[in-house]
Amino acid sequence: MKDMSDIGTGPLLRVEGLAKFYGARVGCEGVAFDLYPGEVMGIVGESGSGKTTLLNCLAGHLAPDEGQVLFDRAGQLVDTVTMSEPERRMLSRTDWAFVHQHAHEGLRMNVSAGGNVGERLMGLGARHYGTIREQAVDWLGRVEIAEDRVDDRPTAFSGGMRQRLQIARNLVTGPRLVFMDEPTGGLDVSVQARLLDLLRGLVREMGLSAIIVTHDLAVVRLLADRLMVMKSGQVVETGLTDQVLDDPQHEYTQLLVSSVLQV
Amino acid sequence: MSEYNFAYLDEQTKRMIRRALLKALAIPGYQVPFASREMPMPYGWGTGGVQISAAILVPEDRFKVIDQGADDTTNAVSIRRFFEKVAEVETTEKTAEATVIQTRHRIPERDLTEGQVLVYQVPIPEPLRFLEPSEVETRKMHALEEYGLMHVKLYEDIARHGEIATSYAYPVKVEGRYVMDPSPIPKFDNPKLEMAGIQLFGAGREQRIYAIPPHTQVVSLDFEDYPFQRMKAPQCCDLCGAGESYLDEVITDDAGGRMYVCSDTDFCRERREAGHVGALGVAEDAA
Repeated sequence: MKDMSDIGTGPLLRVEGLAKFYGARVGCEGVAFDLYPGEVMGIVGESGSGKTTLLNCLAGHLAPDEGQVLFDRAGQLVDTVTMSEPERRMLSRTDWAFVHQHAHEGLRMNVSAGGNVGERLMGLGARHYGTIREQAVDWLGRVEIAEDRVDDRPTAFSGGMRQRLQIARNLVTGPRLVFMDEPTGGLDVSVQARLLDLLRGLVREMGLSAIIVTHDLAVVRLLADRLMVMKSGQVVETGLTDQVLDDPQHEYTQLLVSSVLQV
Repeated sequence: MSEYNFAYLDEQTKRMIRRALLKALAIPGYQVPFASREMPMPYGWGTGGVQISAAILVPEDRFKVIDQGADDTTNAVSIRRFFEKVAEVETTEKTAEATVIQTRHRIPERDLTEGQVLVYQVPIPEPLRFLEPSEVETRKMHALEEYGLMHVKLYEDIARHGEIATSYAYPVKVEGRYVMDPSPIPKFDNPKLEMAGIQLFGAGREQRIYAIPPHTQVVSLDFEDYPFQRMKAPQCCDLCGAGESYLDEVITDDAGGRMYVCSDTDFCRERREAGHVGALGVAEDAA
C-alpha cells in the first residue's frame, strides 16, 4: 500500500470528454478520468480499440478533436491541448516521458548509449561533460546496463537492452508522468519479466505516475493500480486493477479476462 | 559584353537575392530560403556563393576568389574568370585590396576591415542535418531554440575520441540565438568569425542564405570541462616561416618527403615579399 501522505491533494492529470475522430470513424470518444500523483493507470483493450490513439492524444502527439487534457503545473491545472507548442514541447522534455513500443522509435540509433541518456540533460542546458556522463552511467546502472556499454550504440544492443535504455533516457530528467505504449511488446517472456520487475521498482522508487497502454493483462496486473478497459474507442469499464480483473462486469472485459492462456 | 546582363543574373533575380541578404543580415545566423537559380556550373562548385557575389557586385568592386585559402586552384580560377567575363570587374589576389572576397573553406589570415565583404560557398547550411534528418523538425528546433542535440554531437566526439574531434564546420552560436554552420572552414578560423567585415553565406543547392553582420558575437559551442580549442599543425610555413597561420601539408616525393605551407597564398606571398624566409624557402630576390 502507498503512504497516503505523499499524495498531493489535487490530481496530476485530468482528462475531460476527450475524443478523436478519423473522418467518420471513431478513434476514441468520451474519455474522462483523473490521475493522481504516484498512481499507475493501465489501459487495456484489443487491437484497434483506440488505446494508442488515446495515449497519443494525452501525450500531445495527436491533436484531439474534443475535450481537455489538464496537467498540474505548480498547483494549477493547465490545458495542454490549447497550450502553445513551445510550452508543450518543453513539458514533454521535462515533466513528461514517452516510452515507445519499439525502442528504435524512441532512441537515436546512431548515437551512443551515453549520448542517448544525456540528450535530455543537454536539452535542458547541461554543459558539463563529466557531470552528464556520470549521470548517464548512473542511469545505465539503474536499468541494469553494464558501465562498459556506455559508448556502444543501441544498434549493438539486444531488444530488451534497447527497451531498458529507452527507459533510462526518458527517466533521467525525473519526469512526473510517464506514458508507455506497450513497453513489453515484442520481447520474449523472460526479458519481459525482468523489464516489468525493473519498471515496477523504478515507478515505486521515484513515485512516478504512469499511463500504460497494453494488451497484456499480466503487465497491468503487476504494474497498474487502476485499469481502464477500452473497446471500439469507448471506455467500457474502469476500476481498481484487481477488482476489474477478478470480477469483470462488462461482457467484453469478461471475454478478455477469460481469454488469457493458462500455462 | 552585351550578351550578358551585368554579373550574369537578371536584375529581378538580383533583387530577390538582395532581399534575402537583407533579411539574413537583420536576423544573424538565420537561414533565409531563396529561389536559387541554375548557374553555369555544377552544384558543389559554389553556386550559392556565386549568386550572392553576382547580386552584390558593382562595377567599382575589386573581386578576389579563394579556394582553401589559395587564389590559384581550379575553383578559384574559374569563378574569378567567370566574373571577369560577365561583370568586367577588376580582380585581385591581394586580400587587402579586395572589396568582395568569395571563399571556400577558409577565412583569409589578414583581418578584414570595414567595407570588405566575405562571401562563403556553403555545401550544407543546416548544422543539425546529420543529427535530425527531418527538415521540418530542424526548422522547429531553430525556431524554439532547442539546441540540446548539437551538444549530443560534441558529446559523441568526446566519448569516442577523448576530445572534441570536429575540426571543420564547427557549430557556432550567433549573437546568443541561432546555431549556425560556418561552412567547412577549419575550426582554426572560428575565432575570426567575429570580424569587421560583412559575412554572407550562400548554399545554392540547399537554397539558403545566411549572414553575420560586422562585429557580431559568434561563440563556438563547447562543454565547460572541454572548452573550444583552435587547432593547427605545430610546424611553421616552410616558405615564409609563419608560425601562426593555418598550414597545408604538401607531399613532395614518394619517400616520405613533405613540406608545410600557408594555406592562404596571398598571406604567404606578402610575407615572402617582406623578406621572411622559411626552412625550405628561397629568398625573394634570388627567385
